[in-house]
Parts: sequence; C-alpha cells; structure tokens
Amino acid sequence: MVPLSAYVAVSAVLFITGLLGVLIRRNFIIVLMSVEIMLNAANINLVAFSYYLESMAGQLVALFVIAIAAGEAAIGLAIIIVMFRGKTSTNVDEMNLLKW
Amino acid sequence: MTDLLIKLIPVFPLLAVILNGLVGRRYSHDVAHRIAWGSVGLSFLCTIGVFIEILRSGRPHEVIAYQWIFGGDLTVNLAYLVDSLTCVMLLVVTGVGFLIHVYSVGYMHGETGFTRFFTYMNLFMVSMLLLVMGNNYLVLFIGWEGVGLCSYLLIGYYYDKVSAAKAASKAFVVNRIGDAGFLLAIFLIFINFKTLDYTKVFAQVGQLSPDMATAIALCLLVGAIGKSAQLPLYTWLPDAMEGPTPVSALIHAATMVTAGVYMIVRNHAIFDLSPTAMTIVGVIGGLTALFAATIGLVQTDIKRVLAYSTVSQLGYMFLGCGIGAYTAAIFHLMTHAFFKALLFLSAGSVIHALSGEQDIRKMGGLSSKIPWTYRLFLIGTVAIAGIPPLAGFWSKDEILAHAFTHHHYLLYGIAAIGALLTSFYMFRLTYLTFYGTSRMDHHTEEHIHESPMVMVGPLMALGVLSILGGFLGFPPEHGWLHQFLAPAAGTGGEHDVSTGLVLTLMMIAIGIALLGWGVAHYFYSVNLSAPDRLAAQFQAVYTTLLNKYYVDELYDLIWVEPTKKLGLLLAWFDRTVIDGLVRAVAHMAELGAAGSTWMEKYVVYGGINVIGYGNHLVARQWRQLQSGMVHHYAAIIVAGLFLLAVVIELIMQL
Repeated sequence: MVPLSAYVAVSAVLFITGLLGVLIRRNFIIVLMSVEIMLNAANINLVAFSYYLESMAGQLVALFVIAIAAGEAAIGLAIIIVMFRGKTSTNVDEMNLLKW
Repeated sequence: MTDLLIKLIPVFPLLAVILNGLVGRRYSHDVAHRIAWGSVGLSFLCTIGVFIEILRSGRPHEVIAYQWIFGGDLTVNLAYLVDSLTCVMLLVVTGVGFLIHVYSVGYMHGETGFTRFFTYMNLFMVSMLLLVMGNNYLVLFIGWEGVGLCSYLLIGYYYDKVSAAKAASKAFVVNRIGDAGFLLAIFLIFINFKTLDYTKVFAQVGQLSPDMATAIALCLLVGAIGKSAQLPLYTWLPDAMEGPTPVSALIHAATMVTAGVYMIVRNHAIFDLSPTAMTIVGVIGGLTALFAATIGLVQTDIKRVLAYSTVSQLGYMFLGCGIGAYTAAIFHLMTHAFFKALLFLSAGSVIHALSGEQDIRKMGGLSSKIPWTYRLFLIGTVAIAGIPPLAGFWSKDEILAHAFTHHHYLLYGIAAIGALLTSFYMFRLTYLTFYGTSRMDHHTEEHIHESPMVMVGPLMALGVLSILGGFLGFPPEHGWLHQFLAPAAGTGGEHDVSTGLVLTLMMIAIGIALLGWGVAHYFYSVNLSAPDRLAAQFQAVYTTLLNKYYVDELYDLIWVEPTKKLGLLLAWFDRTVIDGLVRAVAHMAELGAAGSTWMEKYVVYGGINVIGYGNHLVARQWRQLQSGMVHHYAAIIVAGLFLLAVVIELIMQL
C-alpha cells in the first residue's frame, strides 16, 4: 500500500519541475510543456486524494483537466505557429508587445 | 344734442392735430392749413350751438365724456362743465382762435415747418378748450399744462434761433413755478373736500376754515400769477415775443395768459372766503398794471410794447378779481382778447410788410402805405386807450369804477395812472409806426406791401369786435353780459351807486385817455425833440425803464446764477465724489478680480497640477511593473502564491 504522502511528494516534485520550467526556460514550446507537467502534477494530487477519500469527484475533475489541457495545448501551439511566422523565433522574451 | 355738441368742441382740433401731426408731410400746405382752421371753425360753430342752448335754458350743462380715474376717495372724469362763464371763454377762444388761424395762413406762408406750426396751434386749441371746459381741477390742470407746453413749443418755433430757444425755456421754467403753486392748491382742495369736481367743491366751500381758504386761494393765485404773467413772474411774457406773431396774439395775449383770470373767477367762491387773498390779488394786479405800463413807455420793439401792454391789461383783470368785480374782469378779458389780438395781428401785418422789421425807430409814415393795417391798428389803439364807444373803455372803466365805488381808492389811483400811461404808450406806438417821416432803410421801403386779404380779413372782423364788443356790457354793471354771467361769476356785491358818480368816473376815465393821447401827440407829432430832451433830463429813470427795471438782471443774480452755480457745484460733486466712489468700487472689484485670478492661476490650478504631476511621476515608476514578459508575470504570481500561503499559515497558527 503506497501512502498518500508519496503521491503528494511526487506531485510536488512534478509541480516544482513544471514551475521552474515555466519561469526559467525561454523556449515557448518548452514553457508550454512545463505547463502540461504542472497540470499533470495537479491531476496526480486529485486522483490520489480521490482514492484516499473514497470520492469519485476528484477523478472526474482530473478528467476535465485532461480535456481542457488538450484544448489549451492545441490553442497554445496554434499561437506559437502564428508568432513564429512573424518573428521566426520561439523565444518568449521577444514576445513582449503587451506592455504599457 | 347739446351734450354731443359739447363733446365735439375739443374733438375737431384734436383730430386736426392727429392728422397734421402724423401725416401732415404727405400733403401740401394748402391741405394742412385748411384742416387746421377748418377744425377750429367747426369747434366755433359747435360753441355757438352750445351757447344758444345755454342762453335759452339758462342752466349749466355737465357732460361726462370719459370715465377716467375711479377708485378709493378719488373719482375724476374727463367731464365738461359748460355754464355761462365757460361759454364766454369758449366763444373767445374758438372765435378769436379761428380768426388767428385764418390770419396765420397768410402770415406763415412759405415758412418751413408750416404744418408743424398749425399742429402746435391746434394742440393749443385742444388744451385751451379742456382748460376752460373741464368740470374738475384735474382736467383744468391738464389743459393748464397743455397750453404751457404749446406755448413753449411755439415760442421756440424758430428753434434754430438761440434767443427763441432761450425764451421758450424761460417761459416754461417760470410757468413751472406757478404750476407748483397750482398743484399744491389742487392737493389742498382734495384733502379738504375729497373731490375735485367744481360743483361739489363749491357746494361744500362753506365748511372751509378761513385760514385754509386763504391757503388754497394763495396757492391758486401763485398758479394764476405764473400763467398770467403778473408780478413777480411776468418776465417770461415779453421774451415770449420771440415766437411768430400769431402765436403772440393767440397765446400770449388773447387766450392762454387769461387762463389765470379765468381760474380765479371760476374759484371765486374760495377767494370770496378770504379777504386777505382778495387784497393780495388786487394789489398784485394793480402793481402789475402800473409797473408793466411804465416799462411799455420806452420800449422800442413793437411786439414788446404790446407784450408789456398785455401784462398791464392782465393786471387790470386781476385788479378786477381782487375787488370782487369778477364780471368786469371777464368782460375786460373778452374785450382785451378782441383788441389785443387785433393789435398783435396788425403789428404782425406791419412786420410782414417791412420784411421782418420790429424796431419802431426804423418805421414811421406807414399810414399811407399800408392803409388797412393802419386803420385797424388805430381802432385797436383807441380801444385799448379807453376812448368810448370802443370796447376797451367799457370794460376798463367798469373795473376802475368798481374800485372807486367799493372804496379801494389807492387801487383806483394806481389803475388810473396806469390807464394814462396805457393811453400814452399806445398812441406813442401808433405815432412812431404810422405817422411822421419814414425812418426805414431804402431796401425795406421798396418792398412794403399791404398784407393779403387772408390776413386783413380776420383783422377787420377783430376790428368790428373791438368797436362793438363793449356794448355787450352796456349799460355798465347791468349789461347783457352781466346778467348772463351772474350765475357763474357772482354779482360782485351789488349796491346802488348814484348815476351821477358813475358818469363822473366815466368822464374822468375819458379825460385820462384823451390826456394820454394829447401828450403822445405833443411828443411825437408836434414837438419831436421833446422825448429825447425828456430822456436826457431824466437819464436815470429812462435807463431804468429801458432796461425794464433790471428785473431780469436781478432774477439772474438772485436765482439763475446761483442755480447755475449750484448746478456746477453739484456737477463737480457728482464728478469727483460720486464718480470717485463709483470708480473706487470699480477699482476694488478690479483688484478683487485680479486677486482671484491669481488664486485661480497659482493656487487652484497649481494644486491640480501638483496632483496631476505627482500622479504622473508615480505612474511612471509603477508602469515598469508591466514589462510584457510572460515569465515576469508568472514569477509575480508564484511569489504572490507563496506570500498568500505564508499569510494563511500564519493566520491558521493564531
């Protein structure tokens, strides 16, 4: 029987990995992949607690998150393609038009 | 029917005023003058109709033409009272007025402002008719002021002539003094009787205290003195001769100036209550009669001699009023209107013939050149001098006889001397104008011509009236006129006088008149150097008379100059003090405005700008937060998350 803390620890490690990826990496695609990792960390937590608390609600929400993550990835990739056509780059630091 | 006629009398001239005044420019002079004299003629015809009715019924008519003021204590209607007194005045005003209007057509021919002249003349007729016809003091007052206005307008007819303009304002201002007195009298009457209607006032007149009666009578007298040019307010009348001659005849001899006499006779019920006021009226009249006659002795302007003569004759009327001889006063008013209008119009004819010359020193020998004017002027002279059977004798003698028989011997003496002087200066005028050798310059002499028929015709009518007018009051004190006027003017204290005394007084009067004539004949026909020698001998007297006793100068010194000085002082006060104050206030407002501008500019706007600039500075720093870099935002979100977690943890531990 794997204890709940192990699940939470794995989830935390994954979330920190994703978070650091978002904050540190400059490549837009990798940032997007890091966001996916963070979403999956959250999913692990949801499922673990669902099992532990014997409630199906957490698993349902996890399913929703997976579905929305798929949509998010699709839109994110589409935006990246459009940006790449204009800038011939995927560097996030160059995409700073939305400022004062 | 009679009521309608009465209402119509003032309407015709009023229509003429409206027509000639408003659209008179659109048609020719011929149309304008026909409207003017035609309207007065129609009024005259109406007057005759009314007169016949009054003569037949013998009772006064009261007609309300228009309800004017009603409310509270005061009810005043535009209403007419036509009794025998009004009838006589109406006949004189419209009759003589009509003749003078016709005369004016010839005299004013070719003048600029011909239509304006007739408009003013008709307006005068309207006012004068209201004056004599009104049944209350307010209507009388309207007429009173109206004739004053027209007098002003017509004296100033040649308004581009400075002397005429000045004479006009002088007449107006001097008349105002009298009008103020008249107004006070009206107020006093209203306070005492709560009504302004003659009939109601005279019905209650017995309740008046003697002091109040004296006060009212004296205030009325002040008004009469102003309008009728008596001492001390007579100075405007000689100057009024600046107006055209028909104006002098109509307004300043025959009608308007007699308004004061009419007013006193109309109010004789009040005057009878106050012996003091009566004495003052008589004394003023007597003094004026003598005073003006002495000035008339030496004047050289033909119209001015007549003007002083008018003042003097009005003095006789006042004298008559003062001794209670009201009928005689009105009788003299009527005959005077005839012969003075005749004299003025003849003088106008002379002036017309001489192309505007008025100085009798530059006339002479005109009797053969303008025979009709000469004959008619002579009739006027004989009439005013008091030689029977012409009009002036009967009326003047009646006043004199009344003074004597009622024991006013001093007044009789003054009046008798005045009559002597009157006879003298009038014959002097006639001799200097029509007899002797010509003293005209050649140019004037060439242009001499008898006046046209339109001028001589009215003169003839007036001449006939001057000859026959006296018989209306014949025999003295019991004539037709006396009986007719008795209900309105009182009998003047009837008491029997022996026929012998009356005849003696008549003889004396005739003697006085003939003496005046004789002296004038001696001075100006027999011994031509006598006047100059006499003048040289009594240099001081002569100069004083020539300068009219320096009364004008005296008034200038006492009233006019101080008034002007006061005016200048007040103007100075206004300019420096009042204007200074105003300017100071303005200055303060200006300063205040400047101050608040400064406040606005530096404090209010400054404050706003400081706030704005501060915002700007802060915002410039804070906007650095929005870098546009996604991971900056992400970092801030994470930092906020941790911070939130820490805060929540801390709160949970508490």
